[in-house]
Amino acid sequence: MSPRPGFVLEVDRSTPPTLFWHGEGFRFERLPEGARVVYPPEPLDGLVDPDASIRHALEHPLGDSQPLSSLLKPGMRLTIAFDDVSLPLPPMRRPDIRQRIIEIVLDAAAAAGVDDVVLIAALAIHRRMTDDELRHALGDRVFDAFAPSGLLLQHDAEDPGALVHLGLTEKGEDVEINRRASESDLLIYVNINLSAMDGGHKSVATGLASYRSLRHHHNVRTLQQSRSLMDRHNSEMHSSNWRMGRFIKDAGVKIFQIESTLNLDMFPSQFAFLQKREWEWSLLDRAAFHASRLSLDRTPPRLARQIFQSMLSPYAPTSVQAGEVEAVHDVTLENLHRQQLVAVEGQTDILTMGLPYLCPYNVNSIMNPILVACLGLGYFFNLYRGKPLVREGGVCIISHPTPWAFHPVHHPSYIDFFEQVLAETTDLIEIEKNYEHAFATDPWYIHLYRTSYAYHGVHPFYMWYWCAHALEHLGAVIIVGGDRAAVRRMGFKPASTLADALEMAEDVVGRNPTITHLHAPPLLVADVT
Amino acid sequence: MSVRLPRIVDDVLSRPTWPGTLPRPLERRNLGVDYDTAWTREPWARFLRRAFVDNVTRPFVTALTSPRVFGREHLDPLEGPVIFAANHSSHLDTSIVVSCLPDRFRRRTVVAAAADYFFDRPWKAALWSLALGTIPMERNKVSRQSADLAASLLTDGWNLVIFPEGGRSRDGWGQEFRGGAAYLAKRCNAPVVPIHLRGVRPVFPKGGRALRRGKVEVRFGNPLRPGDAAAQADREEDARHFAARIEESVALLADEAESDWWSARKRAATGRTPPFRGPAASSWRRAWALPSSARRTSSARSKSSAKPW
Repeated sequence: MSPRPGFVLEVDRSTPPTLFWHGEGFRFERLPEGARVVYPPEPLDGLVDPDASIRHALEHPLGDSQPLSSLLKPGMRLTIAFDDVSLPLPPMRRPDIRQRIIEIVLDAAAAAGVDDVVLIAALAIHRRMTDDELRHALGDRVFDAFAPSGLLLQHDAEDPGALVHLGLTEKGEDVEINRRASESDLLIYVNINLSAMDGGHKSVATGLASYRSLRHHHNVRTLQQSRSLMDRHNSEMHSSNWRMGRFIKDAGVKIFQIESTLNLDMFPSQFAFLQKREWEWSLLDRAAFHASRLSLDRTPPRLARQIFQSMLSPYAPTSVQAGEVEAVHDVTLENLHRQQLVAVEGQTDILTMGLPYLCPYNVNSIMNPILVACLGLGYFFNLYRGKPLVREGGVCIISHPTPWAFHPVHHPSYIDFFEQVLAETTDLIEIEKNYEHAFATDPWYIHLYRTSYAYHGVHPFYMWYWCAHALEHLGAVIIVGGDRAAVRRMGFKPASTLADALEMAEDVVGRNPTITHLHAPPLLVADVT
Repeated sequence: MSVRLPRIVDDVLSRPTWPGTLPRPLERRNLGVDYDTAWTREPWARFLRRAFVDNVTRPFVTALTSPRVFGREHLDPLEGPVIFAANHSSHLDTSIVVSCLPDRFRRRTVVAAAADYFFDRPWKAALWSLALGTIPMERNKVSRQSADLAASLLTDGWNLVIFPEGGRSRDGWGQEFRGGAAYLAKRCNAPVVPIHLRGVRPVFPKGGRALRRGKVEVRFGNPLRPGDAAAQADREEDARHFAARIEESVALLADEAESDWWSARKRAATGRTPPFRGPAASSWRRAWALPSSARRTSSARSKSSAKPW
């Protein structure tokens, strides 16, 4: 049977309770009659022979690019950049698609007699990846061949010697990227396009850029005008990246882009119920759900986190395309939409969502309150094309425990941002104006970013800015089941139950509101008309 | 004292309800029109059925209804699969027809039975398909599945007993013949033998609770072939017209049963055969006009139902 597309369910009396993610746990909520639930499509079938598809893509590139084999020459400088630990989510079972692609690229390079090859993790200002994480992403063969000899690098956005300033775009945006990548005869970028936000010119212009460059598109104004981040033609952040990407191309950097898409098979079989519609749960699904819920309720948060963070997805690749950046990205978006797009008619007064334990910035880490806000208002709110799911002045209700907890190694600047900056103000413009520069240039944060496994000092600001469009659009944000102090610190309203939250929301949107629940993950993009 | 399961056990064991706003997909269960009767045509099942019909059904039918059979000679020239189309007023009709068929037909005959009635429970489906060789027939709508099964069996050389009225008569009068038998005859180029059963309703009518001994007459008519009339009229005969012709033949047999062969033939020749479906009148007038052979008088009711209290 072919996979069923996503759809919108109208809740009635006989609709069973709806599963809400709630961090490292779940809630089972009965939505009011008349509410809508947007369900994601079922996973598409994966490629029958991924390796053959990769080889085909490399030798039949899109756009004006030549086949990879004809681009590889003896004596050339070849740099292979790849997406970091923030993709995919959850991490993929071995072999990771990056491993598959890079091994085939390296086979071609070896056959062509290319000696000067360097691999770079395109971190931007994310934390560095651990050896285990690199080994998981690239596989033993690649890691053992490149890491011991120092040929497996991680991009350093604060190393003046490893960066090159290529110039300014027509809008005056600094374009500063990784020197090795820029000065290579060929830069191959290996993407995992989990969402429509990923890939395209954003890969190089963001992944291999410095703070000096990133600040031009990771700012309040740009992110307020990104509507949405999943729709690059209406996203100012993407427009800025596209300008930079074209500037990089014009500066002579030769890029061979490889993009891959995955299906929505996100959870292993023991959590199969997470991908099913509640009324179709089998006896086994019901037993697994209730056993998980009961045991997680009694599990210490630290252990629950470890259990969830060790979860690996059985993702299957659905497409691989290679060649010129823009031509490749257009095809990638088609493939992504084929899997993720769900048609939704009309906006809603109240949007509800259950947030899981994971976002791009807490892999093997803690989902701190700022990341909860970023995931809910930055990512989930932006899972639309056309119009936001919730109307202007509407309410967003988020379910997540939102613990006042931070990973001291990964998120040191987040702790200070939460304790110092948000204690003073939650206003985006004020924060950007008064605090960003100090955090971005703080030598201690820079030291931790470069030598430890810390996110850059400015990263929590960017996560807060990520909420800019939602905060401007919404009338109120309510977090159900969250740490009250942490929720209030961010300027949101805490609620104990969904029923309470809906009552509170009526104070903002009026009586008898329309309600829509975003049943994600698995990931979906609502095509709102 | 009632025992309540812990809520968690109840939550796990209870199937989730289906949202009323979603169309429920048809579950392909082995029941109704989906019931697979292939096993009942295996040699061992046919042996059991033959033993059952010969040793149980026929003696029972004979003892209860003392059937008199007319026109069986019409079957003599027939070879290959035949469709037997009979009027229908009682559950006993199937047993009577099967019992009265010549042995060479009976050994290889299936009976079209209502999928929603005889195949709605696993035990009923298994019992009737084994005992009488029934196959499920969708009677509430046109079903390609039912038609395909019947056609494939006819093609395989099986004879088919079918009641074109689609259900038992409520008031003793005939009902309009549906097109199933005619369609199958055209599709498989099989002859249709019209059959009229007289006197079965008093023995066990629809809604009846008790059997009553009676005298039953079974009349086989001349075999009909699709296109016979068309050849005369110099046009192609469709299934609807052929169904009407089958109904006319059964009506002629009914008239013959109530009068005599010659009188019935003369009335048929002048278009004065009494209406098979009874007068188009109110229910009491239809009941008034019913031949005595189709009436179940009050004296025939069981004692318990005749009690005034």
